[in-house]
Amino acid sequence: MAEPATSRTISVDVNGEQIEYDVPARRLLVHFIRDDLGLTGTHIGCDTGNCGACTVHVNGEAVKSCMLLAVQADGATIATVEGLAAEGELTALQQSFNEHHALQCGYCTPGMLMSATALLARNPHPSEDDVRYAIQGNICRCTGYVNIVEAVVGTGGQA
Amino acid sequence: MTTTVTEPAKTLEKGFVGQSIPRKEDRRLVQGQGTFFDDVRRHGMGYVHFVRSPYAHAKIISIDVSKALELDGVYGTITGDEVAIHTDPFFEMSVEPGGNIKDYALAVGRVRHMGEPVAAVAAATRELARDAADLIEVEYDELPVLVDAAESLRNEVILHDEAGSNVVWSGVFDWGDVDTALAEADHVVKIDKLHFHRFSSTPLECAGALVEYDKGTSEWTLHCNHQMPGVGAIWMAPALRTGIDKLRFVTQDIGGGFGNKICLHPQYVVLCLMARKLGRPVQWTEWRTDQHTANAHGNERWFLDVEVGVMADGTMTGFKVKALDDCGAFPRYEPLGCIIWAQVTPGLYGWRNIRVDFTQVCTNKSPVSPNRGYSRMQHLWLTERIIDIVAKELDLDPVDIRKRNYVQAEQMPYETPNGCVYDSGDYSAALDMVLELIDYGSIEARREEAASRGKLFGLGIGSTLDSGTNNFGQSTLLNPDLQFSGNNEAASVKLDIFGEVVVTLGTVPQGQGHETTTAQVVADILGCSPDQVNVRRGHDTWFNSHAGFSGTYASQFAFTGLGAVKGAAELVRGEMIQLAAAVLQAPPEAIELSEGFARIKDGPPEAALPFMALGAIINANNAFLPPDFNPTLNHRYVCRPYFGMVDTEKKTGKLTLTYAMQIHAAVVEIDPETGEVDVVDYAAVDDCGVRINPQIVEGQVHGATAHAIGAALHEDFVYDEEGTLLTANFYDYHVPHAMDMPPLKTGAMESPSPVAPLGAKGMGEGGGGGIHCICSAIQDALRAAGGAIVYDSCNPAHRVWSMLQDPQATRANVSVASK
Repeated sequence: MAEPATSRTISVDVNGEQIEYDVPARRLLVHFIRDDLGLTGTHIGCDTGNCGACTVHVNGEAVKSCMLLAVQADGATIATVEGLAAEGELTALQQSFNEHHALQCGYCTPGMLMSATALLARNPHPSEDDVRYAIQGNICRCTGYVNIVEAVVGTGGQA
Repeated sequence: MTTTVTEPAKTLEKGFVGQSIPRKEDRRLVQGQGTFFDDVRRHGMGYVHFVRSPYAHAKIISIDVSKALELDGVYGTITGDEVAIHTDPFFEMSVEPGGNIKDYALAVGRVRHMGEPVAAVAAATRELARDAADLIEVEYDELPVLVDAAESLRNEVILHDEAGSNVVWSGVFDWGDVDTALAEADHVVKIDKLHFHRFSSTPLECAGALVEYDKGTSEWTLHCNHQMPGVGAIWMAPALRTGIDKLRFVTQDIGGGFGNKICLHPQYVVLCLMARKLGRPVQWTEWRTDQHTANAHGNERWFLDVEVGVMADGTMTGFKVKALDDCGAFPRYEPLGCIIWAQVTPGLYGWRNIRVDFTQVCTNKSPVSPNRGYSRMQHLWLTERIIDIVAKELDLDPVDIRKRNYVQAEQMPYETPNGCVYDSGDYSAALDMVLELIDYGSIEARREEAASRGKLFGLGIGSTLDSGTNNFGQSTLLNPDLQFSGNNEAASVKLDIFGEVVVTLGTVPQGQGHETTTAQVVADILGCSPDQVNVRRGHDTWFNSHAGFSGTYASQFAFTGLGAVKGAAELVRGEMIQLAAAVLQAPPEAIELSEGFARIKDGPPEAALPFMALGAIINANNAFLPPDFNPTLNHRYVCRPYFGMVDTEKKTGKLTLTYAMQIHAAVVEIDPETGEVDVVDYAAVDDCGVRINPQIVEGQVHGATAHAIGAALHEDFVYDEEGTLLTANFYDYHVPHAMDMPPLKTGAMESPSPVAPLGAKGMGEGGGGGIHCICSAIQDALRAAGGAIVYDSCNPAHRVWSMLQDPQATRANVSVASK
């Protein structure tokens, strides 16, 4: 019987850049993004898929990147927080986070932004309840979510 | 969200202080450009994984690392035996018996809590390090387990043989004359037992560090997230048998701290040893499950045999209590928690007679560390429980009894029975404000409406204090031999060659917005925009802008941190004015600093020097300056507040400097079928004196409230009888999610502190007001269903359901003796 493969070359589009990479078969997508690609804006806050700090977009959907193996993302289009303000100009949502003081330590922020960006893409004018529902998979320990919710609602229609 | 503000009072002229300017930190953080310790990479670094005990209490028979070392890509291992050879046990702050405890960086011969590190391995990748850790074979021999503080007190099983007792510290604090006060009272209310549970703030970023060792200089650099490096170094350097100058702490962005990143010295010492042994940088990122299991819980505390004296009119004369604190397996930052509570001895109340018989014990649970509201929160919860239980038993109104017993505005500054000085505030006015925010007048109508839907309805109040800036001299009330007192913090401000204003801080921010508030203060003093002020990110020992107690803890940035910034900025300002006066040939008093210029007040427009000119003259073009005129435009300032000495006989003194106050009110509905508690209305009023940045202050109130709501309803580190933690990660340890949080209304008052440099009081910890008011609200709601007494600080549905089933079980804990 053939030895099982321990690594594989994957091809992904990350923030608009096409990347081919030989990754260990067991490497989590989040570790691939952080350690192999050096995109350290995507964070890790737990080891159980609860906290959402690692949220990225995979083919346009908000996904917790600690819940996927890198090899499962083969062929996918991935967007991380670094891709939001690609030209250095903050998105309306990023600006709104600043204006509403929606972040303190900033550790959950990339995941929050990715979840909220996905929400605004499918629902440009979310209600407060819509926002709370959309970010319920993202834990913040600093803000009590008050200003995060206001920031997302306040972005309505501009993202 | 509602914000109500009373008359603002500014100590500085109108300027940037007091404005909610958006934070400077945010631009990098919203783009994923923050630098957290786990983002730092070094060539050839090894990833460290700890092997941890699956048992709560066991002897270590053997550790075999040979299979791990055979694995390709493994750089090396370390065990407790090596730690015992190369390091000394950490310094203990207690007198005997706790002072005899030997606490090493790794378990030596015995494990005392589940998750305790027994060995560590470094390897080329994170995955490999875990594989290697699995190959390390540890043989244990289980020992009897202590998970209950009262059982621990019996000393039938001893955790630390060197100590010979499970007691870390015990002592009696006796102020006023509580026996007479109880004898003369019209009623004495007795409460047998109250329990403040174990939880922690669980910052979203776990602990960790990347440690480099420089063989040539014998110096370690720690790229880390320690929130109190000044004191961390005091622990680590002697253990490593080196000088404090050999430890360089570097922090950049930190993903929350809340006190939980103060006791990282054991793991950091292991990393230092491995970096030196392996001759390569080593990196450790704590796993979430490890953080919950074995890093930093908040202090668990029992309050036993409480007796409260109450006069017929509701005036309380004092109380006595036995406090039994459970600090887990090792004291670490303890026994400081045995005294920190005394900063708020009478809570918000005018009680003059108080006796606290305090004992702290070890158990086979995770060590504790400071946790938002550290030690005062537990005690303040007791004071609020006393108020509500007394009100209930004597049929007094919870609002009236508070107002009757609060320290009154006209008594400020008010000296407590143990010598602390409440600097300012109007507690009754704040209570009125919070009641207005939750529409107190409609409460009974809402109660009826909720009852019509089958819901139990309750209103609760939580009055709390956030005492700011530790006087470390209070440690001598626990151990007179300790050589600590006072406090300090440093900052430096300089004007650089092209006119750049550069500030370095000793503080170690973890989300509090220090870069922004510092820039606001400096901008006002130097006469420029906050955008022109570059506040360097984080802490670096090599900046030389730190002091012995540097860090962000104990709600002290507003006093010591900004006090240092203000001091340094004023020194630079003075020199800028002198220099401009010399250049512009004008008297110094004619010079003003404004809009990035030094100019002659009301002078011609050309009589103005941009900051760039001043910076360039001193730094690069100074030949014409006379030899007796030598400004540097570069100053370090240490803010060292005056405390005076504590009295170790009477156990009195100024244990802290400022007292921010918060009054919270919660309205809850309880489903009597399930015991589920729903917070339907919530308000918090904060008075922290001058608010440097109101938006940041409000953000701290939101965060502290969320922590408190989580703690009051869900968050609980639960152990089974074998000492296994049942809530070891975010699956079982439920922190509030966005859908769990009620709408929060906030209000603010400003009673400037007469002692603080900017009139601003530290306020980030918040004092657990949400725990107090939710316990209060649940008890109010249960009045209509048997009248149970809320006896525990955590009330998840199952506990509330039990109280509904058998209210008498809790009521049996309380009795009243009346004249």
